[in-house]
Amino acid sequence: MNSVEGKIALVSGGARGLGSMSAKKLAEAGAKVVITDLREEEALATLDEIASAGGEARFIKHDVALEEDWIAAVKFAADEFGGLDIVVNNAGVASAARPIEELSLESWRRLTSINLDGVFLGIKHAIPLLRERAHLWSGGGSIINISSIMGFIGGARSAAYCASKGGVRLLTKAAALELAPSKIRVNSVHPGFINTPLLRSGVDKAEEHVKGGGQKFIDTIVSRHPIGRLGEEQDIANAVRYLASDDSAFMTGTEMVVDGGYLAQ
Amino acid sequence: MNRVDEKVALISGSARGLGAETAKTFVDGGGKVVVADILDEVGLATVEEIKVAGGDAIYVHLDVTQEDDWKKAVDKAVNTFGGLDVLVNNAGIFFTKSTAKMTLEDWRLMTSVNLDGVFLGTKTALPALKERAANAEVGSAIVNLSSVAGITGAKGASAYCMTKGGVRLYTKACALEFASSRIRVNSIHPGLIDTDMGRDVINSARGPENADRVRKAMVASHPIGRIGVPKDIANGIVYLASDDAAFMTGSELIVDGGSTAQ
Repeated sequence: MNSVEGKIALVSGGARGLGSMSAKKLAEAGAKVVITDLREEEALATLDEIASAGGEARFIKHDVALEEDWIAAVKFAADEFGGLDIVVNNAGVASAARPIEELSLESWRRLTSINLDGVFLGIKHAIPLLRERAHLWSGGGSIINISSIMGFIGGARSAAYCASKGGVRLLTKAAALELAPSKIRVNSVHPGFINTPLLRSGVDKAEEHVKGGGQKFIDTIVSRHPIGRLGEEQDIANAVRYLASDDSAFMTGTEMVVDGGYLAQ
Repeated sequence: MNRVDEKVALISGSARGLGAETAKTFVDGGGKVVVADILDEVGLATVEEIKVAGGDAIYVHLDVTQEDDWKKAVDKAVNTFGGLDVLVNNAGIFFTKSTAKMTLEDWRLMTSVNLDGVFLGTKTALPALKERAANAEVGSAIVNLSSVAGITGAKGASAYCMTKGGVRLYTKACALEFASSRIRVNSIHPGLIDTDMGRDVINSARGPENADRVRKAMVASHPIGRIGVPKDIANGIVYLASDDAAFMTGSELIVDGGSTAQ
């Protein structure tokens, strides 16, 4: 296991799914974790889980599209734990699943405000705190941005999502170059399809539409992953923990593709 | 560090440098290793070092261009440790030569070690990896050493770049082919690392007399402000070999201090 003993992490969208699992893995590996999310109830359940496993975590309600919320979240990390070493920009929304002709500017802006502005704001406001403590670790501070395989390839009816995730991929590289002198590393993670609440809601919708449609939906998605299964939350959380730890001290500006072979085809 | 408890790894070119560090890191993670190289004396010393530290390792002579050597190495792994879970195709050579000056023999030397070696290792280890994968929780893993020179070009190193680019895509094709056998295949792409080979890269750029200047320029080409150390790469290899990377296959782990992000 990759140790993050003594480090302080902030995980946006940490109430459930990938974010919650990342928070749990980081806490398990020794970090104190600030979970931020709009979903209060699920966030508190994650806090309970971390606490009962002997870890330490706090929650602050947080809309990643709002600059004042980011300022408050970062201040919260400083007040509660005394600084910040790891930021996981995980919060994101799924594709609106609409053709471009029918995609309103409003829904384009809503998606990019979360998936892209949210990452920009997270990096911008975390920098001062990360910089302050970067000298403490051989791997310095670490920012981990959750992009997607859709940051490499297009998907029909997913224009806004692909644009946002491709944007995150290169925002990561630009930030890595800019922050290298401050000893802050910046990397992106690119999950394939992961068995999360977000995905399961898609399965439910397909089932509502046609009986047996849910299983067909899953079978179709699985068939695109040569490894023969969907990803599990821990598959991504392990990569996050690796990038957060000093074991990846020489990695910056790079992409960790964790997709069961989806993009290798 | 990631756990590889009870896993058995065969690591080519592991007498010294990245390979030796990988062997040590793998043992630290709870695994057993077969150290394989053409440098027998150095390789035996590496095995001794691992044993003194309480780890489990054996040495086998392996010229990666020789199919018979590969057969013996895999047999030795299976006979000594009961099977093989991880193959690290690490052995490789580097030289610079302009296209005008390069002979077909030079070109073939580079491809025989850096490409044929990876193919022969993969082919020979496949049955043993498959056998263990069938009963393992996650499966077996192959990690191929490519390079940042498998992603971007490097002036004067055309043959090296060709082999490393080849390893990058050979990896992806194998990942697809072996997925149903539960064998994951990934490549790792180091930037410049402080090893004997890394020093060769520095010395060959503008002659040993300019090594200091070249080293400074090389450091500057890595935004992180330093060249890598063997541990940086060994950690990446062991991550890919471990079950923590269960959903990674056909993928590239770039460990280069930001050099290809520019």
